[in-house]
This record gives sequence, C-alpha cells and structure tokens, in this order.
Amino acid sequence: MSTIVFFIFAIMAIAAAWGVVTSKNIVHSAFYLALSFAGVAVLYILMNADFIAAVQLLIYTGAVAIMVVFAVMLTLRGDICESNPESRGWIVGALVAASVFITIAVVVLTNADWRVLSTPWTGGGSAEDMSLLLLTQFMIPFEAAAVLLTVALAGAVILAKGVKESK
Amino acid sequence: MNLSNLSVGLSTYLLVGAMLFSLGLYGIFAKRNIIALLMSIELMLNAVNINFVAFNRFLWNQKIDVHYVLTGHVAAIFVIVIAAAEVAVGLALIITIYRNRQSTNVDELNWLKW
Repeated sequence: MSTIVFFIFAIMAIAAAWGVVTSKNIVHSAFYLALSFAGVAVLYILMNADFIAAVQLLIYTGAVAIMVVFAVMLTLRGDICESNPESRGWIVGALVAASVFITIAVVVLTNADWRVLSTPWTGGGSAEDMSLLLLTQFMIPFEAAAVLLTVALAGAVILAKGVKESK
Repeated sequence: MNLSNLSVGLSTYLLVGAMLFSLGLYGIFAKRNIIALLMSIELMLNAVNINFVAFNRFLWNQKIDVHYVLTGHVAAIFVIVIAAAEVAVGLALIITIYRNRQSTNVDELNWLKW
C-alpha cells in the first residue's frame, strides 16, 4: 500500500518539477512548484517525519510558493504567455544535469551500504521529539537561525521598500 | 508483476532526490527569468532535504546510537529556515532590480560588463 502511495507522489513531485523548469508561463511554473512541494511532503510522511511534513506544507507550499506568485505579480510586464523564456544555454544545462543525475544514480545503485529496506521506526519525529533536540543539543544553531530569520526579515523589508534619505 | 512486491528502500528516495536536484540544475541553466532561477534553487534545496530525512530514516540504528535520533530532521529544519530567509531576501532584491531596470531577464542584468 505504502509502495503505491510512494510511487504516485514521487512521480507527481518529479513531474511537477519538470513542469516548473519547462513551462513557458511563469505563473504556471509557480503553481507547479507548489504541487511539487506538496508531493515531497507526502514522501516525508511516508518516512515517518511528521513534523517535517507539516513544516514543508506550511512554509514551502504555503509561504514560499505564494511569495513567488506575489513577486511574479509585482514584476510582470508584457505577454504572460512568454514570461518565462528558454535561455540559449539550455542544451548545456541539459547535458550537465543529465550527467549529474547519471553520476548520482550510479553511485546510489552500486553502493551496497545504501541498499537498505525500511524497518519499523522507533525514533519518533513529532514536534515534541524535535523540540527536545532543538532546545538541548542544537540550541546554539537554533538561536543563530532565529537571529538569521530576523535579520533576513529586516533586510527584505529595507531592500523592497527602500530607505528614506536622512535629513 | 505485483506492484506491492516492489520495495521502497533508501536508494529509491535518494533517486527521487537526485532527479529533483538535476531538474533544478537544468532550470538554473535553461531559464532566463530571474524568478524561475530562484524557483530552481528551491527545488534543489528541497531535494537535499529529502536526502537528509531519508538517511535519517534508514541508516539510524537504535543499538549503536540512542542519542541524536533525529539529527537528519534537525538538519532539514535548518535547511528550510535558510531557504525561507534566502527566498525573502532574493525576492526583495528582484523587486529592487525590477524597479531600477524594468526587467527580470538575467541576460539584461549586465551592469558590471563594460
């Protein structure tokens, strides 16, 4: 059962990612991006990572994709159907991406240590388990991430709004 | 062929991650709109997150390591935080560039070339 769910949502995530990079209309790209993130969230649930799945849905599907749509809205001009053109270097990109994928696939498929099937999971993964870890062993990086988010928020507002000239 | 006999292991998840990463890499090369480039970067960060969680799910062994149970999850959380900060600052930069140049095409962003 979980195998079927895995393949449905993995193929959905990959097909949506393909839509992101091939769509000619950038609004379609943004919505495909949200679909891809939602498919990845289901993969997290299948890996018993409940909290990460919820965070993925809230932050990526909810916030990042919608913010990208807003940025598209603020910067769009001309014909929307041609808003996301192909670059001249796409054939180089296709070659590089294909060779990277083939290299990773060869490494993954030939490494015997990684040929593990799922065993029953006893490690947890709820918000409670995560918070215990985040507030004890990883407290310093956690606080640093909080500072980073605050600075990024202020920086984004200043960049987008502009600073008033001081008199 | 019975589909439920196909087993999903670590390598299957890693291949999904590799596929998403390669598609993001292709998007970086192939797109000319700067917002599409940002979306491709998000795809690549997401692929890395899948790898973190998959390694944590399949390679963590209770007999060897009772502490650091969810280290991969914590790494994925930090990647998500960095990605959110990156996309906020990136979109603000894009809006500023658009206000100065009336364009989001990366081929036209050539101030430094003269």
